[in-house]
Order: sequence, then structure tokens, then C-alpha cells
Amino acid sequence: MNWTWFHRLASPPHVYRFARRWTPWFGGGAALCMLVALYGGLVLAPEDYQQKDAFRMVYVHAPTAWLSMMVYTTMAVAAAVGLIWRMKVAHAAAAACAPVGAWFTVAALGTGMLWGKPMWGAYWVWDPRLTAELVLLFLYFGYMGLRAGIEDPGKADKASAVLAIVGVINIPIIKYSVEWWNSLHQTPTVMKMGKPTMDTAMLWPLLLMFLAFALYFATVLLIRLRAELLRRERNASWVREVLS
Amino acid sequence: MKTGALEVGRLIMERDLRLAFRKPSQLLQPLLFFMIVATLFPLTLTPELSRLRDAAPGVLWIGALLSSLLALEFLFRDDAQDGTLEQFALSGQSLTWMLFAKTCTHWLLTGLPLALSAPIAAVGLGVPGEAMWSMVASLALGGFALSLVGAITAGLTLGARRGGVLLSLLTLPLAVPILVFGADATQRAIMGDAIAPPMYLLGAIAVLGLTLAPLAAAAAVRIGLE
Amino acid sequence: MLSVSGLHLWRGDRHVLRGVSFSATPGQCVLLTGKNGAGKTTLLRAIAGLLDPEEGEVSWRGVPARKTRDAFHAELAYLGHEPPLKGDLSGRENLKFSIGIRRDISRAAIDAALERTGASSFADRSMRMLSAGQKRRVALAGVLLTGAVLWLLDEPTTNLDTDGQHLVAALIDEHTHGGGIVIAAVHHLMGLVSASPVNLDLGAA
Repeated sequence: MNWTWFHRLASPPHVYRFARRWTPWFGGGAALCMLVALYGGLVLAPEDYQQKDAFRMVYVHAPTAWLSMMVYTTMAVAAAVGLIWRMKVAHAAAAACAPVGAWFTVAALGTGMLWGKPMWGAYWVWDPRLTAELVLLFLYFGYMGLRAGIEDPGKADKASAVLAIVGVINIPIIKYSVEWWNSLHQTPTVMKMGKPTMDTAMLWPLLLMFLAFALYFATVLLIRLRAELLRRERNASWVREVLS
Repeated sequence: MKTGALEVGRLIMERDLRLAFRKPSQLLQPLLFFMIVATLFPLTLTPELSRLRDAAPGVLWIGALLSSLLALEFLFRDDAQDGTLEQFALSGQSLTWMLFAKTCTHWLLTGLPLALSAPIAAVGLGVPGEAMWSMVASLALGGFALSLVGAITAGLTLGARRGGVLLSLLTLPLAVPILVFGADATQRAIMGDAIAPPMYLLGAIAVLGLTLAPLAAAAAVRIGLE
Repeated sequence: MLSVSGLHLWRGDRHVLRGVSFSATPGQCVLLTGKNGAGKTTLLRAIAGLLDPEEGEVSWRGVPARKTRDAFHAELAYLGHEPPLKGDLSGRENLKFSIGIRRDISRAAIDAALERTGASSFADRSMRMLSAGQKRRVALAGVLLTGAVLWLLDEPTTNLDTDGQHLVAALIDEHTHGGGIVIAAVHHLMGLVSASPVNLDLGAA
């Protein structure tokens, strides 16, 4: 098996060039998918039987929630690769992921709250999924706080890598415990933050939105990764060439 | 003859116990903190025991968590400062095992005494006498799981700026499952129900922690020593 | 037996170790000299395996030290700037622990080592009450007791009076004559070391 592609992944200038080339494609793809999906979801799809138009929040809430999880996993995998194979680029990628993931989590929480008001009359109800999202936000803050708190960049990379891996193992446990907690305390309002039963007309825009957001994440990650690589390698010769 | 693992563990436990008893104030402070926190709740909520009883699991567990965060600071700090932690890493013995021995001793010195003295606070929160032993058991088991998780975060924050605050920020989200199951066990004890289901879950977390946490803590400490 | 080749190490942005290479055989003493910040401590820690070099390798008995870390550490004694001793324990209690976790050790052996380094008279006092020089004597006894082949010493004569400095020189001599290896970071060449040491000036690189 030819492993050159793996070794090239470890080279900052190569990854930088790759990122620069592909950013517009990912960005364009994201914009296109999002426009089509939003048209399908906001205009074409019929209103929900129970929630009327309020259900349309799902088109932003569900993808951002799913992505907040996916980004953490990506961050943990990148960090693990950096730790095991000692790849600086992997550590840079993990660092680039964190703020993006945190923003996705904030967006998921925000849209969840905006959805909650018409649904249950309150901006915040201790729904298990929203609660788990909140804990995930604290995990992101912890990761970024640890990076910021350690002076030596190499140590910061490695320590936050261990934290990310520990976090990713804990996330399913946290989710399970929050569901457990929620099942103990039956509240009067029925929590139905999940996707309402959907017919195809409602479903395809949602799936397309997932793709759109994933492409958006890829775009933002590539942009941030380029900045991160330039900052880390600022004394290297390839950076001077690129910037001139 | 290279020292065997059990002997290494015994030596570490003996040393940490001896050190703790030469500075007993360090042991008492987390306990006092727990008592004070438990006192503040009635002062800020209500003196009615029946209403306090509803809040008791939360008060006890949050008090226990905050107190153990205080105690976690001195798990590795002294050894890191005088260079003995470095010698652990250079001893040729398994750092994972050595840190596990330290964590167990730490729980014996902080988590277990807290669990055993919780009835004093619990009485003031309206917890019935029959519930006491179950409550102590849940706090002891949860405290052990918390010490294991805390060993990881204590190792990660060695030498970080504002390490104390960072330690709390890192540990609290990871402690959510322990809190949820532990508080549930205490709640069931107060209601007189069987505490087995959440205790099994607490036990499962403790076992997972047993196998993985010392490994992660050792990795964290080696990184911190660089 | 110990071989260091092409070691490069960065601390943040600083290129501290620039391709350091040397080797040491039993009976040799390598003295690391150089100004403050030249990288003497960094090199010692890299050899000990506490720091990971970006490039280069440390080999012990022909095998990369990273692969046999625990076995390598069992043959290594590292003494840094601060003697690694707990303030609330006595010298004797400290040694019983720090050596005890490495190998079986008898009270007689501890007594003998403390005698050798002139620390017997204060070995039972709490370390907190000792002067810096007295602590260092206890720490040196610890190095003797490890029975390690390779000694990594970072400025071993710090805080020691003239007698103490002679002591260190004598200990190093005895160790190398017995087939041990000593790598020591020093500020000035220790003219007191009789065996011809290898000098590695990090500042000159």
C-alpha cells in the first residue's frame, strides 16, 4: 500500500497548498447546498401538523447540533493522530477545529432556545439533548482553556490532545447519564426536540442541510488551518515564499 | 532486585499517608469546606426540613464535588514542585501504577472521610436515619470515581497558568455522569427505594475509570514534566 | 554504551539543541559546559527521556532508549537542580522511599551511603530544617544508592562548600573507576576530577 499520501499529510506546506486550492470548492458547494436546502425547507416543505411553521427551526438546529458533535470527534481524532504519529499538522487541525465546534454548539443551543419558546412557552427547558449540548459547550471551553493556559506550544498540543481523547470517550457516557436523569423526572411538557415525523418533502431539505453544514465546516476548517499553519511555521522558509 | 509492583504501591501509600498525617490541616480543610457549603444552603433556601430534604441530594453532591475539587489540587502539586514526581517518571517502574496508588491513597484521605462525615451535614438537611448508610455508600463510590477522573485533569493542569480554576473547568463536565447517578442513588435512599440501579452505574463508571484513568493521568504527567 | 546522535530540540521558538552528538563508554565522564541557557539542562533531560527531541536519537546499549524506557531508567540516576526530597520527611525516610521503589534496600546500605556523603549527622531531621548544602548531600547519597550505571548530574556542586565539591569529584571518580558513566553539567571545569573527562561545550555550537 502506498503511504505517500499519509506522509504528505504531515508536511505543512503541502497541506497549506491543498487547503488553499480546495477552500473555494468546499465553500461554493456549501453555499449551493444551503440555498437549495433552505428553499426546499422554508418554501417548498408543507407546515407540520402539530408545530405549524415552528418546526422549520429543525433545518438549522439539527445540523448544528449534529455538527457540534462531529467536530469534537474530528478534533479528538486529529489530536490522537498528532499524539501517536507526532504530526504537527494534526495538532494544528485540532486547534483549528475547537472554536468552530464551540460556535456550532452555541448555534445549536440558540436555535434550540428559539425553538423552545413557541414549543413550550419557555426559552429554556431542561431537555436532555439541550442539556447534553450545554455540557458539550463546557467541554469545548475546557479544551480551549487548557490550550490557552499552557505556555509551551508543544506541551499545549499534547496535553489538549489527551483531554480531547478523554472527552470523546466521556461524551456517550454523559449523554446516557443525562437521558437517565431526564427519564427520572417526568416533566409536564412533552419533550419532542427530535425530528418530528417527516414526510419526504420535509426530509430531503434536512439531509441536504446536513451536507451543506458539513461542507461549511470543511471550508472554515481549511481557512483556519491555513492561518494556524502560518502562525506555527512563521520562521520556516516556505512561509516566506508563500507570503511574498 | 527490582522492587515488585505491590511493594511499590505499598511504599507510595505509606509515604502519602505519613506525609498527610504530618500536615493534618490540609486534610481537614476540604471537610470543613463541605460542612460550610452544606450550612449555606439552608441559610439561603429555607429552614424547613421537609423542603430541604428535596434539595438534599443536590446539596450533598455539589458540596462533595466542590470539596473534592479543592482536595484534588494537592494530589500532584507538592510532588511536582519538589521534583519527586519527576523521580516517579524516572524510576523504571510503571508510572500508571504509581499514579493509581497515589489516587487511591488520596481517596482514602479525602473522598472516604467526606462520605463518612456526610451524615452530619445530612441530618441538617432532613435526611432520615434509615437512608444514611446508603447515602454514605453512594458518596464513597462516587468519590472514588471522582478521584480517578480528577487524577487525569490534575495531571493535565500541572504547570498551567491559573491551574486551580482550570482544574475545576475541566473536571466538572467530566463529572456530570457521576453526579447524576450519585444524586439519584441518594435520592432513592431518602425515598426508601432500592439504590441498586444507579449504584451499578456508578460502579461501572468506577471500573471504567480504574482501567483508563491512571493511563491517561500518566500520559498527562509525562507531558507536564517536559 | 550511551550514544547520542544528531539531537535537535526546540523549546517553543528557540532551537536549543542543534545536532548534539557524542557517545560515552563505561569509565568515562562527560562534562557539559556552556553559558546559562546553552542547553545543558535540556540535553540532560533529553538523554533521561523527560524531553522528546524533534530529531535525533539517544541509544543505550545499542537500542534506542525510547523503546526500552523502563529498563533504561532502572540503570539511570538523574539529579537535577533541586534535590528531589520531601520536606516533611527525614533524609533517611526519603531515601528509604525513593530507593525502595527502585530496588530492595537495607538500612545498613542507607547508613553507609549517608556516611559516605557526610550526611549521617542530620539524616533523621526533617528535610525542611536542613540547609541547601545538607539537602544536596542527602541527595548525593541517593544517587549512590540507586546502583545505577549512568549518572546524569545537573550542576552537582551547587550549594556545596569546598569539602562538598571535593566529595562530588571523589564520588564521580569512584563511579567511573567502577565502570560507571557520568554526564555532568558544570559551570566551570572541575579541575578536581582526576580521570580525564570529555568536555562538551554546548555554548560553542
